[in-house]
Amino acid sequence: MKMNFGQRVPAFLQAGLLVASSFVFSGPASADEPYTQGALRNYNTYCVQCHGVNRNGRGINSRDMSVQPRDHSDAKGMGDIPNEEIFHVIKDGGLAVNKSVLMPAWGNVMNDEEIKELVAYLRFVCNCGSGK
Amino acid sequence: MKLSLLAALAMGLVAAPAIAADSVGAGILKSQCISCHAIVKPDNTSLDRLWERKGPDLYYAGSKFNRPWLEKWLQNPVRIRPAGELYTKHIKGGDKEDVVDESTMASHMKLSKADAEAAAEALMALTGPADLLSKGAFKGEKVSMSMGAMFFNKLRGCAACHQAKPGTGGSSGPELYTAGERLQPDYIYSYIKNPQAIDPHIWMPTLNLAEPDLQRLTGYILQLSASEGK
Repeated sequence: MKMNFGQRVPAFLQAGLLVASSFVFSGPASADEPYTQGALRNYNTYCVQCHGVNRNGRGINSRDMSVQPRDHSDAKGMGDIPNEEIFHVIKDGGLAVNKSVLMPAWGNVMNDEEIKELVAYLRFVCNCGSGK
Repeated sequence: MKLSLLAALAMGLVAAPAIAADSVGAGILKSQCISCHAIVKPDNTSLDRLWERKGPDLYYAGSKFNRPWLEKWLQNPVRIRPAGELYTKHIKGGDKEDVVDESTMASHMKLSKADAEAAAEALMALTGPADLLSKGAFKGEKVSMSMGAMFFNKLRGCAACHQAKPGTGGSSGPELYTAGERLQPDYIYSYIKNPQAIDPHIWMPTLNLAEPDLQRLTGYILQLSASEGK
């Protein structure tokens, strides 16, 4: 499962170029592509620094962090978190849900719509359903 | 006569570099810097543009940098951002965590002493929009380094992305152990307060920090240069 996910990563990392050219799609999420290119771009800009190119919580910053970033490829761990909580954590930061300060609030950088799209993208990455 | 001629010549020689530096420096920026750095505020400040640019914007360099540091660094550039700009383009998965992909990192060009001085003078003239920084916001109070470190490392999480000591801390943001030498206090304060207001879409979060935090972190970062970076 993890191996398979790892092999999909280069497509993510091409920051939409590969994905966009094969899907020719930039509008809202659909069943074919359950996330937007904007969400992918935002993930690769803001999240990868800690959550990693493989989305496994082992980002370039993770080495010296006292609390390890969440593994977004972990279907079980991510599946236990409702969409509302993921949205809340991204917007207001880890402290807002009694988690680590090392997860900052991104509500001043991304608007609510962008954060919602990011939640949908995370569901795609974890392959763990809607979290309902 | 001879003496006054010599004096006039000497004055001419002294005055000449100051006049020439302006045009020489501006010429250096135009011929050698603009392929990677914006020296005029770009119309396009989209996230896509952030991905496309090759180096940090310099159109407000005169409000950002300290001139002596610029002159020194341009002659002997040392990497400031451990994972480059934009970091996502320069990292790859490693055995444990992601690592810097050194094959993608380019060295910054080196200038001669004269060119570095001329370029620094021209850069210092680029002050950017008048409302870019909160001028005079940093009050200059000394900060306890242990208290500053506690906020930087634990309470506000800055160390997740920044290094306060060489080799320790995060790599997606610029190292801060030379920041006090490199950056102006009001720039540090204003950038911490709202990074996106200065650098649109930049990957540093805006943390809504209270005034005491802004003062404390700015002071700590300024003092790092003296205490940690040497």
